[in-house]
Amino acid sequence: MIRKNIRSRRARETRLKIYGISSICFALIMLATLLISIGLNGYSALQQAYFKVDISVNTEKFVDERDFLNNKKMNLFNWDGLVQSALREFFPEVKERDEKKELFAIISANAGYDLKEIVKKKALGSGSHTLSVWLHLSDDADQYLKGRLSIDIPEEDRRINNKQIAWVNSLVERDIAKLKFNKAFFTSADSREPESAGILGSVVGSALTLFVTVMFALPLAIMASIYLEYFAKPGRITDFIEVNINNLAAVPSIVFGLLGLSVFLSTFGLPRSAPLVGGLVLGLMTLPTIIIASRASIRSIPPSIREAALGLGASKMQAAMHHVLPLAAPGILTGTIIGMAQALGETAPLLMIGMVAFIIDIPTTFTSSATAMPVQIYMWSDSAERAFYERSSLAILFLVAFLISMNLLAVILRKKFEKKW
Amino acid sequence: MPNLPMSLVFFMLIGTSLFFYFYSKNNILKKAAFVGQRSKALPSHYGQQSFLWAFIPSTIILLFLTVGGPNYIDQLFYDKIQESNPKLNQSFVSLILAKVINVSNGKIATDDEKILTLASDYKAAIDQLYFYRGLVVILCAALVGMFVSSLQSPRANARENVEKFIINIFFVSAVIAIFTTVAIILSLLFEALRFFSLYNFFDFLFGLHWAPNVAIRSDQVAAAGSFGMIPVLVGTLLISFIAMCVAIPIGLFSAIYLAEFASPRTRDFVKPTLEILAGIPTVVYGYFAALTAAPFFREIGFSLGLDVSSESALAAGAVMGIMIIPFISSLSDDVIRAVPQSLRDGSMGLGATKAETIYNVVLPAAIPGLVGAVLLAVSRAIGETMIVVMAAGLSASLTVNPLDSVTTVTVQIVSLLTGDTEFDDIKTLSAFGLGLALFFFTLLLNIFALSISRRLAERYD
Amino acid sequence: MAIKFRTKNVEVSYSDKKAIKDISLNIKKNTITALIGPSGCGKSTFLRCLNRMNDVIENCSIKGSVLLDEQDIYGPDVDPVELRARVGMVFQKANPFPKSIFDNIAYGPRIHGLASSDNELKDIVHNSLEKAGLIDEVKDRLNDQATGLSGGQQQRICIARAIAVSPEVILMDEPCSALDPIATAKIEELMNEISETYTIIIVTHSMQQAARVSKKTAFFHLGDLIEYNDTDKIFTQPENEKTQDYITGRFG
Repeated sequence: MIRKNIRSRRARETRLKIYGISSICFALIMLATLLISIGLNGYSALQQAYFKVDISVNTEKFVDERDFLNNKKMNLFNWDGLVQSALREFFPEVKERDEKKELFAIISANAGYDLKEIVKKKALGSGSHTLSVWLHLSDDADQYLKGRLSIDIPEEDRRINNKQIAWVNSLVERDIAKLKFNKAFFTSADSREPESAGILGSVVGSALTLFVTVMFALPLAIMASIYLEYFAKPGRITDFIEVNINNLAAVPSIVFGLLGLSVFLSTFGLPRSAPLVGGLVLGLMTLPTIIIASRASIRSIPPSIREAALGLGASKMQAAMHHVLPLAAPGILTGTIIGMAQALGETAPLLMIGMVAFIIDIPTTFTSSATAMPVQIYMWSDSAERAFYERSSLAILFLVAFLISMNLLAVILRKKFEKKW
Repeated sequence: MPNLPMSLVFFMLIGTSLFFYFYSKNNILKKAAFVGQRSKALPSHYGQQSFLWAFIPSTIILLFLTVGGPNYIDQLFYDKIQESNPKLNQSFVSLILAKVINVSNGKIATDDEKILTLASDYKAAIDQLYFYRGLVVILCAALVGMFVSSLQSPRANARENVEKFIINIFFVSAVIAIFTTVAIILSLLFEALRFFSLYNFFDFLFGLHWAPNVAIRSDQVAAAGSFGMIPVLVGTLLISFIAMCVAIPIGLFSAIYLAEFASPRTRDFVKPTLEILAGIPTVVYGYFAALTAAPFFREIGFSLGLDVSSESALAAGAVMGIMIIPFISSLSDDVIRAVPQSLRDGSMGLGATKAETIYNVVLPAAIPGLVGAVLLAVSRAIGETMIVVMAAGLSASLTVNPLDSVTTVTVQIVSLLTGDTEFDDIKTLSAFGLGLALFFFTLLLNIFALSISRRLAERYD
Repeated sequence: MAIKFRTKNVEVSYSDKKAIKDISLNIKKNTITALIGPSGCGKSTFLRCLNRMNDVIENCSIKGSVLLDEQDIYGPDVDPVELRARVGMVFQKANPFPKSIFDNIAYGPRIHGLASSDNELKDIVHNSLEKAGLIDEVKDRLNDQATGLSGGQQQRICIARAIAVSPEVILMDEPCSALDPIATAKIEELMNEISETYTIIIVTHSMQQAARVSKKTAFFHLGDLIEYNDTDKIFTQPENEKTQDYITGRFG
């Protein structure tokens, strides 16, 4: 009787196992697809198309009496013209006005500005100098050289026409243009021109924001969890606090953004787009996560430790601060790192408080306008230029790598300090 | 007047408070020697007492003046501008005020004499405010510090006093959770009520048309817009439903396999990997949805002869589902593992197969927790923002076709609030109406889910 | 009398720690055999070997052979599921499923397909409850949650649940350790009644219980089988000094 149906019963078990394994495989394959597709999109942003020009510049026009370069005078100088005439020397056949325009479109619109910065950095003395500099090609030429612009589609639908392609090819043949390591990506802030846009501004913005988040959320979380674990008397207020904490942990992040907008910005009048406000909003958002982790960590410390301290005549506060808190610190730290990773990847609340602005300066204070890494990714993937996609992907790779290392750090810390009491 | 910025005042405050720490610590020793007995608490406790009393109240005053002061001055100047030009309307006065402020801190330049005078007045007022802020804060710290330390007696137990003070600070930290909830509700409610004073509440709740029209000129006829949230709500639910169709089966089966079948080595590998999936920022999923998944679904649809929108609900929902898989699997894994081993033994001891044990004993016992996990996941899907902002549409069409483009509550909030709109605009206010709806919807789900899970935890404790 | 279980040189280790060593034991059919010994002596481990419940535990390995009706239960063609239907088990802590009383008893017959109709299933449940002496206490509330019963009743539900599969052997792992004396007495009475039709092997830490219910007793100590004999013999004139010390309460 039993033997008869055992085969079908076993088959059912095998089926369940197969469902499980294929579900896990699906999730893992999706993770791989996600990372690989972004990696394939992004790796090319590590390189950037540059071209080399020899430029002669007479600095007499913009040095001041003490032989220092004067900013104002430098800003008035036509650097673009200098670069453009240098470029034209490679292609003397280009004479028509429209044709010239097309030619100048293959180099970065920021090339003149970049040249000025190079001259400024070299702090040349007064006199005539000849410089050999590498400047950016335009994003379209860059994408073409990386093979990311399909040339099969009709010319008029393309961002780069046949003539321009021929120029770029000729520069490459003459070894004047080539792909080099994309330094600007790591050293500059955002820009309208993809070839000059970098992540440094958003990285600094994220760092400033996270600093505020930690300084705000961690002390509050520690104090709140010690209170709830050791001093709170069971009752309605304590229950209500707990319900609130658990619920806040599940409130959509965008709601915290709305809170920040209406309380911090319009009621308190704090500045828009500021890391200070971003940090406070993210702090409120991660507070429940850290409190829950800290309480779990405090609870895992056996009561015997606390009782031993109390038995020696320590006060409740002393037992908590001198004995329990140091032992719970690794757990609290782990929870904090996880909370910070969550805050670092968060985008929606920052959109609400205006950290989505286009900012070309690297932020320096907690109240200066700034953006954050995930917001930068969002803005870049929303841009029309193809070249911003690969930057967005590369920025994602950096962000994800950083987040994974934060999480790994948390796992390692947990393993290292895990104690069986 | 000397310039006293926030950071300088703060450091001076810390310095003053530290002074009283050391002063009290030494002073109590002298007093104890005078009385001829040991102080009841350690000298450092008396120091801490003075420090706390000097530091905390002054810090509160400092924060209050820093936040409230400039607002007060803004109000003064607002009135001043209004008085000199009674004919100007409100938004224009605000505009002039903004200009004055920007000129005063050198952000923009102007030739307008009137603005320049106002700006220099403004700057003087702010400087004066900051000077008095510093003065008041330091004076307050000094006076309170002196008062407290002079009253200290070796016979009084300073430790108890300090601890009571600290417990109260701890209590306030814990209560911040309540403050936050209340602040969320109040701020959403306040702005939403302003919205409902401009737009009928029932038209908002049951209206079938959502079109917050962009008004190019304020006198435009079409500027009114209509704010019926049903299409937005349907879009949100459609995308969440698609996400759940992906996430629930895959998350649950993964959890069952991990909790019941997987060897410890497999667990050790798969769990952290799934956690990576959970740790990826939503903006990355959004990027993936918009630039990889959406074109992919479009291609497939095209090859099947279907017209798939490039912002299809399917793409956004499917990617959101992938995002939620680890959320469901890790919560369910915990719930399944919380089912006592004795129940499994009982079933296995009767000769049940593992699958039978799972279907008939483990899952029924875990069902409340699993329902809780799924509800939390639904709440998360509804509140998820970045994926839909990047991959779902903006126009609100009332449809349940997953191949069409729909919009969600969060998409609308973002698009309404990230433009350069006036804060009092009906469009801006409508975002708070949506926010309020979103908050209450997810609140109900969360509370329900948490109470179910808690009941399960109590049963097997 | 026929031998039901025959174990030869059974050795069980968890990871690399040996829990029992070299146990050879013959257990008679339709009698009650008690396994006694101080805690940690391996008697529960041995018991769980007999229906392969150790399979469930990670890192558990077993050597030697266990023969049920002269067939090796660890043989490659033996399905543990089928085996457990023949060798039922009752655990230390009553573990009724969080379902109705009826569903608890009907669970085994259902999964094994023992009943072809609802009425047959009802009969099986009824008979099992009757055999377990519970029928009068619960017949009016078969649809109540089993977890709402008292501890003793829960344990008898578990016994009835085991009986419902009509096993040949019932293993009991300290079934009364969490119960009061009255509930214990009821279970012992029940064991006596069903011992004519089932082979019962009981692990107990109470020597009085072993003496009261069993015909044969095996004494375990530190993973070794010290002595195995008729219960009367063990408790009156043990051959081994350790057994003597244990039953007279000098250690344990």
